[in-house]
Amino acid sequence: MSVTQTAAAVPQSQASTRHAIELIDVNKWYGEFHVLKDINLQVSRGERIVICGPSGSGKSTMIRCINRLEEHQKGRIFVDGTELTNDLKKIDEVRREVGMVFQHFNLFPHLTILENCTLAPIWVRKMPKKEAEEVAMHFLAKVKIPEQAKKYPGQLSGGQQQRVAIARALCMRPKIMLFDEPTSALDPEMVKEVLDTMVSLAEEGMTMLCVTHEMGFARQVADRVIFMDYGQIIESNEPNEFFANPQHERTKKFLADILH
Amino acid sequence: MSVQEGISPSPSTGDSGRVSLVNNPRVRGFIFQLITAIIIAVVLYIFVTNAQTNLRSQGIATGFGFLDQPASFDVNQSLIEFTQNATYGRVLLVGILNTLLVAAVGIILATIIGFMVGIARLSPNWMVRTLGTIYVEVTRNLPPLFQIFFWYVVLIKFSPSPRDSFSLFNAFFYSNRGLYMPSVVLGNGAIFIELSIVIAVVLALVVRYWARKRQEQTGEQFPVLWTAIGLIIGLPLIVSAIFGFPITFDVPELGGFNFRGGTRVIPEFVALTWALSIYTAGFIAEIVRAGIMAVSHGQTEAAGSLGLRPGPTLRLVVIPQAMRVIIPPLTSQYLNLTKNSSLAVAVGYPEITAIFAGTTLNQTGQAIEVIAITMCVYLTISIVTSIFMNWYNRRVALVER
Amino acid sequence: MIDTAIPNQVFVRSQLVETLPAPKSEVGPLAWARANLFSGPINSLLTIIGFGLLAYILFALLDFLVLRAVWTGENREACLGPEVGACWPFIKAKFGQLVYGFYPVDERWRPNLVFLLGAILIVPLMVRTAPFKLANAVLFFVVYPVVAFFLLQGDVLGLPLVSTRIWGGILVTLVVAVVGIVASLPLGIVLALGRRSQLPIIRFASIAFIEFWRGVPLITVLFFATYMLPLFLPRGLEFNGLLRALVGVSLFAAAYMAEVVRGGLQAIPRGQYEGAMAVGLGYWRMMFLIILPQALKLVIPGIVNTFIGLFKDTTLVLIVSILDLLGQLRAAFADPNWATPVTEFTGYAFAGFFYFFFCYGMSRYSRYVERRLNTGHKR
Repeated sequence: MSVTQTAAAVPQSQASTRHAIELIDVNKWYGEFHVLKDINLQVSRGERIVICGPSGSGKSTMIRCINRLEEHQKGRIFVDGTELTNDLKKIDEVRREVGMVFQHFNLFPHLTILENCTLAPIWVRKMPKKEAEEVAMHFLAKVKIPEQAKKYPGQLSGGQQQRVAIARALCMRPKIMLFDEPTSALDPEMVKEVLDTMVSLAEEGMTMLCVTHEMGFARQVADRVIFMDYGQIIESNEPNEFFANPQHERTKKFLADILH
Repeated sequence: MSVQEGISPSPSTGDSGRVSLVNNPRVRGFIFQLITAIIIAVVLYIFVTNAQTNLRSQGIATGFGFLDQPASFDVNQSLIEFTQNATYGRVLLVGILNTLLVAAVGIILATIIGFMVGIARLSPNWMVRTLGTIYVEVTRNLPPLFQIFFWYVVLIKFSPSPRDSFSLFNAFFYSNRGLYMPSVVLGNGAIFIELSIVIAVVLALVVRYWARKRQEQTGEQFPVLWTAIGLIIGLPLIVSAIFGFPITFDVPELGGFNFRGGTRVIPEFVALTWALSIYTAGFIAEIVRAGIMAVSHGQTEAAGSLGLRPGPTLRLVVIPQAMRVIIPPLTSQYLNLTKNSSLAVAVGYPEITAIFAGTTLNQTGQAIEVIAITMCVYLTISIVTSIFMNWYNRRVALVER
Repeated sequence: MIDTAIPNQVFVRSQLVETLPAPKSEVGPLAWARANLFSGPINSLLTIIGFGLLAYILFALLDFLVLRAVWTGENREACLGPEVGACWPFIKAKFGQLVYGFYPVDERWRPNLVFLLGAILIVPLMVRTAPFKLANAVLFFVVYPVVAFFLLQGDVLGLPLVSTRIWGGILVTLVVAVVGIVASLPLGIVLALGRRSQLPIIRFASIAFIEFWRGVPLITVLFFATYMLPLFLPRGLEFNGLLRALVGVSLFAAAYMAEVVRGGLQAIPRGQYEGAMAVGLGYWRMMFLIILPQALKLVIPGIVNTFIGLFKDTTLVLIVSILDLLGQLRAAFADPNWATPVTEFTGYAFAGFFYFFFCYGMSRYSRYVERRLNTGHKR
């Protein structure tokens, strides 16, 4: 893990290859609203980061910038050595390597579970159907729902749908996984099955960025917990220290609020 | 609705303390239905007896025999042969065919315009969006009959006389007499061209099948659409070249005050079809817009995050979902257009309402038979369409659950 | 000041980054124009073409309707110039005919009064906050049609008889539309209840009735009412043309109204039915006290949309020789005193503005109600 440096001093070639993700002085506005302010973040390969913060703090926007679902207006973003610009080729390249899991699953309701998983491998990776199906079944087995492959998303519970969404992202064999509040839309009894899937993924060494308020998960797998508020990173520390010894006033208050 | 079970409509509900039989919902339901049935029967009986007396006293013939009698009027556009001594039955057939012609051309045109405007309404470009909105608001808020009259006047006023007609390649002529275009005359060997079109279509289907299989096996993709277009245009061209182009065209020629030869499209048809297409397209545009908007933004984002480009995202994710929302109301718009084609009677285009429910009724006076037949024709079209709709909805519902 | 440290392992922000105004390229009219009009070469081209098209249409309209228009004159002579636009004196000369048909000039205060009464009753009906909704609705749907009929037709209270045969123009357009909606609403409610009934004969009869009228075009319905209906009625019971057309239009509209009301009935949650039955209400009381008031409120936009459709469809009565606005207009075109190349376009411009004004206004209203209902109670 790198030492603290100034952003400007990082030579680009070095910066872009050494880290899985690097954000340098990223700023974003929605109209007049300044949502992301001077975000600087480096994620090493295999690192697992949990991002928390009150709603509207910019955490979702930040990870959505990483696969260009949102455009940033100032600063630079490198993903696996590729800089995100308006270049569509670069965006395609990055999106192939970065999987994303959404709060509301966003499964394709007109396709079966299996078809949901094979769509991108077939049309983006140009994989033969049979091979794509094998890959899909492999990951569906991994998220423990291979028997649902022929069903449609509408027939599954929320937790099952979210696990399918994880499997669907994994079928592209991404190097990085982004999770945008993956358990927020779930009924309480289904949170665990999704978190278990995420834990086992973490144990395999996947680079992960998770926006979540599941503090148990953060303690268990995170290498680093980042607290965001007012569109900026307020505090960042390894989990035990973060929870036991929050430094910033905002962090203390936030933790006090969510841990009652 | 099972919640209504046991509660049957009865005007005397609420009167308590009567004998239990009257308060028995089943008995009440039965009585209520019996009364309704009797009322309907009595009304029908009165209608029938009245009709019998009225017809007798007015000396109007009854029965469908008139369909075999010669109609002594001419029809200015017919898809089938129509001579002076053709029967009223023939008139009916000509009318139905002309109705279907307007419906078919109108549906194609309205779909094209409607989808374009609907997509324009979702454009990120403000100018395009605004033009789309203006189109939708103007066309939907003016009566279709008004629009037909308007376009008819435009066509008549701004069309030159046959002598000064607009011409394209000296083969297409447009004047106030309508549009004259070359008609196709098939020579020797033309059968091979027709055959080659069939073969091209079959080949295109084979290519599609092969491309699918290949993609399943190797993942390689193949430009099926372009190949199919190439085949369907190219093959007949090559075949006709081999046979020395056995197709000739009967090109219209100006003689005196009018054209000879070729095929004529009368201005009434153009005005009617154009106006109905423009009108219906406004509604289709809104259906298309609503359908695409019904697909949540999350779907596009999910597809994007999986690395799918906008093109495949549209084709594989957005359109299949939007179509499920679009097709049912779209079908009812098609039905509306078909029913609105009856407005032809106002400009004198010879479809079923104009020449059958109009002219034939006037000449024979057999209002009951003529109107019953006319309504049956439209009802048949409606029923066939709704059978299709039910089938489609069932199919879609199956995919959902 | 900005923290320069990269928050890598351990990081605590000492000073918050200030909120900065968005870069010039992101906000303001220029940024808006770039994002909405010139976001790429194709879009820029589309914008320019679109702007050209819009400017052309607007200018052509302005040019014809105002700049080159003729404003005064007594007959066709005034509008015969080579470069003449709209011939407004024609509308002025025919205005009475377009609004009242051949209703006697001395009696025109009667339709005017009917128009006024209608406006007075309908405006508070459309304003949500206006009081006495039920009384207002009863006045409009029950009392008003009767009063309006006797006022227009006359032959009572010393008013001279004005036969419906000579009514015309906008008067007929409004009469057909209002009668259609007033008659179709109760009939539609009955049919909708019938269609959802448990009793097979009632249900079947309702479905057959609804689907029959929805399956045929209005013109055939008008033909039916004009040529076929008289044969079904006993001799001596003669309807005049307008009344026959009104019967046809009402039956036709009722079928559509039934489907609108049915939509509302289906949207009422099952709990409402169960609740009503639990307090011991019978079918009719449950429907009229609990279910229908809610269902009808839900389908106001649908009712307004049906009314818009009906309003546009009123033009069809001209085919059975009842001269509404469009019919009177076409009759006026035949007047040789006003035969000019621009007469027809002038007339259509006038009628077009009239229809657009009404239909667009009503559709805005229906959308407004829809939005209010959507935010009012989401289920």
